[in-house]
Order: sequence, then structure tokens, then C-alpha cells
Amino acid sequence: MSAENVISAQGLNLTFQTNDGSVHALKDVDLDIRKGDFVSFIGPSGCGKTTFLRCIAGLETPTGGTLSVNGMTPDEARRARAYGYVFQAAGLYPWRTIGGNVKLPLEIMGFSKAEQAERVARVLSLVDLAGFEKKFPWQLSGGMQQRASIARALAFDADILLMDEPFGALDEIVRDHLNEQLLQLWARTEKTIGFVTHSIPEAVYLSTRIVVMSPRPGRITDVIDSPLPKERPLDIRESKEFIEIAHRVREGLRAGHVDD
Amino acid sequence: MKSLVPILTIVGAILLIWVLAVVPMNMHLTADQAQRDGLAVSPETPAERQGYSGLGLSIANPALVGLTYTLDRPRLPSPHQVAGEMWETIALRNITSRQSLVYHGWVTLSATLLGFAIGTTLGILLAVGIVHNRAMDMSVMPWAIASQTIPILALAPMIIVMMGSIGIQGLLPKAVISAYLSFFPVVVGMVKGLRSPDAMQMDLLRTYYASSAQAFWKLRLPASLPYLFASFKIGISAALVGAIVAELPTGARAGFGARMLVGDQYGQPLVTWAALFAAAITAAVLVGLFAAMERLTLRRMGMAQA
Repeated sequence: MSAENVISAQGLNLTFQTNDGSVHALKDVDLDIRKGDFVSFIGPSGCGKTTFLRCIAGLETPTGGTLSVNGMTPDEARRARAYGYVFQAAGLYPWRTIGGNVKLPLEIMGFSKAEQAERVARVLSLVDLAGFEKKFPWQLSGGMQQRASIARALAFDADILLMDEPFGALDEIVRDHLNEQLLQLWARTEKTIGFVTHSIPEAVYLSTRIVVMSPRPGRITDVIDSPLPKERPLDIRESKEFIEIAHRVREGLRAGHVDD
Repeated sequence: MKSLVPILTIVGAILLIWVLAVVPMNMHLTADQAQRDGLAVSPETPAERQGYSGLGLSIANPALVGLTYTLDRPRLPSPHQVAGEMWETIALRNITSRQSLVYHGWVTLSATLLGFAIGTTLGILLAVGIVHNRAMDMSVMPWAIASQTIPILALAPMIIVMMGSIGIQGLLPKAVISAYLSFFPVVVGMVKGLRSPDAMQMDLLRTYYASSAQAFWKLRLPASLPYLFASFKIGISAALVGAIVAELPTGARAGFGARMLVGDQYGQPLVTWAALFAAAITAAVLVGLFAAMERLTLRRMGMAQA
């Protein structure tokens, strides 16, 4: 494992025992994620992309293979608060203001009051929500709530950001806007991002690497290094390179589907 | 204000049915009384009148209808009689007098409030235990449910007698029975409330490596508050019923329950009815107070959308 690899999986397997027998959620997954990478996991439902992200977060325990995060086991990394996690739903506490919600992890991790206030202000302006600190979640749109949940994941300055279909429930116009903002945020913070999606344009637009997965059993069928430049205006999606990568992703998804 | 019209309509309908029912319900007593007072009654002997229904007798004696509303000891008192009795015993008596419903009300209310406090504390503690401890989860709930299947009327005298035999009398035994009735809705509501955060919310806290104490104070407890208030409203009325029931079988000399019993035993239905209504109004006020507290709390927490 090179020192640059933030996340490294070798021969990772995960089998769930259910009432209907065992489900092979992940099979022989090998993947290295380098520092500063923006890696998207794409595939149909049941391909294990969310399960893999949850393994990295220490929320699921693999049944075979090795997985290291920042050189530690995923559970040690979780205890060391090595990553921020963004779920599909914003999941803000309705009884806390936006500022209070962003403060939640800081309170749990024992930051001082002064530092809490300073960090809340900083990450809220990072996601363009400065001035909304005292609003309650129900006063914000869905897209704004999701931005607040991203701010919450950024507040304690973990190097890794894990995002599980964070924009899946939003409409396309909002999603485009948030994708653009996310790229700017990534450029400014230089975080390593793992991003689960089932949208091909979203994966191609955002990522430096795209991991294509297929179901039953969940496995990696293709890993594509994106030749797109780091600077990406929205209309890059009409360029020849973009369409070529999107095509390759689609091919990969189709190849994984032949057994259906 | 929009709800005022339907509410008043229902109240009006109930009052109308009540007023109409007074005539047939009281007609036999009225006819007996009228005959003693030398008025003409048909049929003429009480034995013959027994063969009539209340309605039939009323039709046979239209002149007596007015008198059914003014009996001293009616079978069914009319609304104005109950209201008059309540006015007299609530407003016109010194509140320290044994004739005052305010005095009796306070006796019952103090037992209710103490019992409710004990019951809610116990209920919340049990719920916290059930949510955090698997053994308690498996063992406590069946007993809590079983406890509520025992008729309180059977249990209340036993509790009073047993506590009396170890020298505990007065307020506390009644409060224990109130607590017995009010802890249950609190346990059920609180367990549901503490478990209301979904898997994603719990996962989020795991990603922060939060302790279970932090999860309790920051997530579970605030999330449970709407459920807790619903339980409070059921619990407080159950506590009042418990206190009244505790006064019934034991010859208590004060309290709503004692008044109901006295009215029954000495043939003073007005006393019973006045106590009944006073108890109902007390319960409504208590539930209303908790509803107001709920609105205020949830609004301050930002959970009610202004």
C-alpha cells in the first residue's frame, strides 16, 4: 500500500445472512483511493455501492478481505472521526436551528464553545448558507437542507467525505447547481471524496475516478480514470471527452447486467 | 373560533336530549309526589302506574310535566338543577367547608397530582431502561401490560387496606393508585418516542462515535417529546380516575369520590351529579393545561411550524 492511498481494499467480501439465505453483497472488491481523489461509485441498486461506502465508514463489517482507512481499520478510523458522512436524506434535527444542527458533531466531539461558533460560521459560508444559521430546517428548501447536512459533515474537518446519494432525492436543476458547488468545495478543501450515485452524468461530471459496479454478487466491473480537467464548467457535459466517458460507464453498466 | 359552532351544536344537542329525558325518567316519582299533594293523577293507584312506561305515564299526565324538573330527589336531575347545585357548592360555600366542592376537589386533585408525578417519573425511568437494556425490554413490558388488565376497582381497596395496615393513610395510598393508572401510558408513549429516531439518525451518531448517553440527550429525548406530551394527556386523566376510584370503596370522607358515594347512599342524586361534573371539568382543565404546555414547548423547540 503506497502512503498516498487513503482508502485501500483488497479482496473485500461481505455476505449478509437473511431469512431467505445468504446475500453476497460484495465480492472480491479491490480498490485504492488516493488522497484528494473524487471517486464515484455507480451501478444499479443491489450492486453494493452503498454497502461498500458503509464498510469504509465502519457501519458494516466485511466478512473477508482487508480494508484500511488512513492506515487504520475502518472501526478505528470511525473512532478517530476520520470522515464525514452525508446520507441521502438531510436528516437535520427539526428542533435545532441550522447552526445548531451543524454544531451537533462539534458538541459530541467536545470542541470549545468559541471554536464551535467559529466553525459553524465557516462551514455554513462554505456551502453558501451564511445568514441561515438561526433558521429552522422546515424553513429551508430540500436543496438547502442537504447543503446544511454537508456543512455538518465538514464541520469537524475530517479529510475524507463519504456521500451516499446525497442529491438523489432532489430535482435535476437543484442537483446541477449542487454538483457545481460540490466541485468548488472539493477544490477549496482538497478532501478525499467517496460518492455513491446512480446518475451517469453526475458521476462523470464530478469524479476523478469512476468505479462501475454490478449486482448479484456486488463487484467492481470497471474503474475509469477521468481525463477531464479539474476545472469543470457545467457545459463540459457537452464535450467529446465527457460523452466518451459516459459511454464507457454505460457500457460497463450494461456488461454487468447480462445475467438479468 | 371556527370550531365554536360545531362544538356548541353538539353541546346543544346533548342538553336537548337530556332535558327531554328528564320527563319520562322522573314521571313515576312526580306522579307519586303529586298524588300526596292532592293533585289529580291518572291512573290513580301506584300499582297501576307501575304498569306504565315513563313515556306512557307522561302522555297520560301532561299537566305534571313541569313538575318533573323540580323534584328534590329526581332519578335524573335536569341540567339547571345540576348547575344550581354546582353553583351553590362551588361558589357560595367557604372553600374550607365540607360542603364545598372546591374543598373536595382539592383533596382529589392533590392525590391526582402526586400520583401523576410518581407515575410519570416511574414511567419515564422504565422507558429509558427498556430502550437501553435488552433484558428490561424483554421482561418489563409484559408485566406493565398485565398490570393494566387487573380491574382497578378490585385492586384499589386492597392497596388502601394494605397500606393502612402498615400505617400509611390519607393522600399517599390514593396517589399510589393514581400512579398505577398513569405510569402505563407514559411507558408506552415514551418507549415509542425514544425509539422514534430512524436507522439513519442512529448511523449518523455512530459516524460521530457518539456515546449512548450523548445519543440519549441529543437525539432520543428531544425526539420523544411529542410522544411524551400525548402520554401526559392520557396519564393525567387516568390519574384523576384513579384518585376518585381510590376514594369510592374505602369510605373516604373527602374528595370527589366520597361525594359521589355520599350522594348515592343518602339518596341525593344532585350531590352525585355535581361531583361527577366537577370531576369531568377538572379532567378537561388538566388535559387542556398539558395541551397548552405541549403547544408552547414544541413551538419553542421549532417543531411546530408556527
